[in-house]
Amino acid sequence: MIENLAIENNLPALQVVVPLLLAPIAALLTVPFLSWLVAMAGALFCLYSSITLFLKVSSGGTINYYMGGWLPPYGIEYVIDGASSFMIVIISFMGLIATIYAYTSLKFEISKNSQSKVYGMWLLALGGLLGLVTTGDAFNLFVFLEISSLSSVTLVALGANKDKRALTAAFNYLLIGAVGATFYVIGVGLLYSVTGTLNIADLTIKLSELSDNNAVKAGVSFIIIGLMVKAAIYPLHIWLPAAYTFAPTAVSVLLTATATKAALYVLARILFTLLSNADEFTHIILQWVFLPASIIAIFFGTIRAIYENDIKKLLAFSSLSQIGYITIGLSLGTASGIMASFIHIANHSMMKAALFMGIGSISILSNQRVKLNSLQGLGQSMPITSICLTIVILSLLGLPLTIGFISKIFLLKAVFNHGNWPVLFIIVLTSFLAMGYAWKLIEQIWMKEPNENSIKFIEKPSLYIPMIVLAFLNIVLGIYTFPVVNGALKSSEAIFWKVLS
Amino acid sequence: MIHGILGIWNYWIVIILMMTGLFIVISRHNLVKKMVGLTIFQTSVFLFYISLGKVQGGTAPILTGIKETLYSNPLPHVLILTAIVVGVATTALGLALILRIKNEFGTIEENEIAAINTKENSQ
Repeated sequence: MIENLAIENNLPALQVVVPLLLAPIAALLTVPFLSWLVAMAGALFCLYSSITLFLKVSSGGTINYYMGGWLPPYGIEYVIDGASSFMIVIISFMGLIATIYAYTSLKFEISKNSQSKVYGMWLLALGGLLGLVTTGDAFNLFVFLEISSLSSVTLVALGANKDKRALTAAFNYLLIGAVGATFYVIGVGLLYSVTGTLNIADLTIKLSELSDNNAVKAGVSFIIIGLMVKAAIYPLHIWLPAAYTFAPTAVSVLLTATATKAALYVLARILFTLLSNADEFTHIILQWVFLPASIIAIFFGTIRAIYENDIKKLLAFSSLSQIGYITIGLSLGTASGIMASFIHIANHSMMKAALFMGIGSISILSNQRVKLNSLQGLGQSMPITSICLTIVILSLLGLPLTIGFISKIFLLKAVFNHGNWPVLFIIVLTSFLAMGYAWKLIEQIWMKEPNENSIKFIEKPSLYIPMIVLAFLNIVLGIYTFPVVNGALKSSEAIFWKVLS
Repeated sequence: MIHGILGIWNYWIVIILMMTGLFIVISRHNLVKKMVGLTIFQTSVFLFYISLGKVQGGTAPILTGIKETLYSNPLPHVLILTAIVVGVATTALGLALILRIKNEFGTIEENEIAAINTKENSQ
């Protein structure tokens, strides 16, 4: 009994429970700095537990944790396998970096009396996302989906201190997200009515005998549409640009690095693990829904980004097109495609988080929204931020020796092996199109003279240190590719178990 | 045929409510009405789950000691209890946001808010 209570044995539950329990403490403390310390403690604990679990899984295989000792299919099960352990490492690492950045940036962007409460919501979002990727129960997944999205909505709405449009952005996010989550519940209900189980592993076995059942097809379609809303895949992306644009910077960093990525992971799980035996149906979804949607998303996102003047919105549209690259990898339906998607999930969260941090620092120091012309001559007034931004922009373009290059290479290799030439051509073409908006930024930063009214800003270490870490990782992981590529390989093996069995 | 359609009338009600709710969410400009639509939409799903769990002639799942008692399935009802809590939280957050929107924009009509936003964008 005593061994069962040891911390190491209960990490799968603790990494979700600790942030959820710390959330009210952070919200009740009245001193923002103390709340931030609580949030930091939560984020550090999550990183510790996720790395421990990742190492445990890579040496000893899948961990199944039964909540309260109730065995599945009746109890709730947490599954830490190759894919979910990789995802919790990404989420908790990015969560920690965003939390470090949050203290100074939120101090500037949010009114003083709501500063402590922010960290309560922050920890709820983090705990919800970690639960989302580890749970093995379809209904429990819905609860975590709502915990994370309701707290993100609150965080987005806090941008109202700077710009009241954050409120309408948050309201649309709430409304569209709630409809998406309800679609997910309808789907789970339909699957439950046919199989009588909610445990995902058990569902997989029961569904493999029923792949021609219409209720199953309807249920799965509802689930996929609901998750596509949360992952902001093209036609269902409407909430994303406004939410990312008007949220406080630290919140944009957290959401772009973790929230959509967690939803994409769950989507991959449903498509390839749950439906692993319904080949024909999965093929139809991938070929006729995911592939066209991702191609349109890439073009739409890139072109809107090229014509955008507000830099935060430009980054939001760029996120949209990058999500398109991730879903192209999924739509191939091969193990190497899924691996490319997971590499890009990890890499894109590092790139986009660093970009949002850089733009956020500029807007905090100049105390205004960052437009294209406010970047003029930034290389002279803010050298550290400019160098970091340049590295990350080059990485986003996919230059060699950066993580963006690794993403592109693996994606192109996966498409090449699949033999889909038009898609290969589209990826190469859109990579050049992305130069349209990326070059625009670099040109403004380095090749224009500063405005006469721009002063030399004093850069704050608490703002640029997390950004330097990410820019550094952009290069280091681009040269020493093993951690990300190995993690993604393990993920694709865990998700695509049909290939192995 | 008619018996088949009427025999599952509870599911017809679910579908009608679901479509009504979704239509209100999409078509109305008033944000409060949108929240009403969302609540109707969510309630239809609650009804769907409750219908799933009901066994005709079944009683509440409490052990009576009598063998061969027919019980309704309690699990969907428990799930919906959770979903209702989530729904209440969503509604509360939505209404709180509408209050703030009313304070900041002076209106809760979506098209008027959009007009204010485009006006400020062009300035």
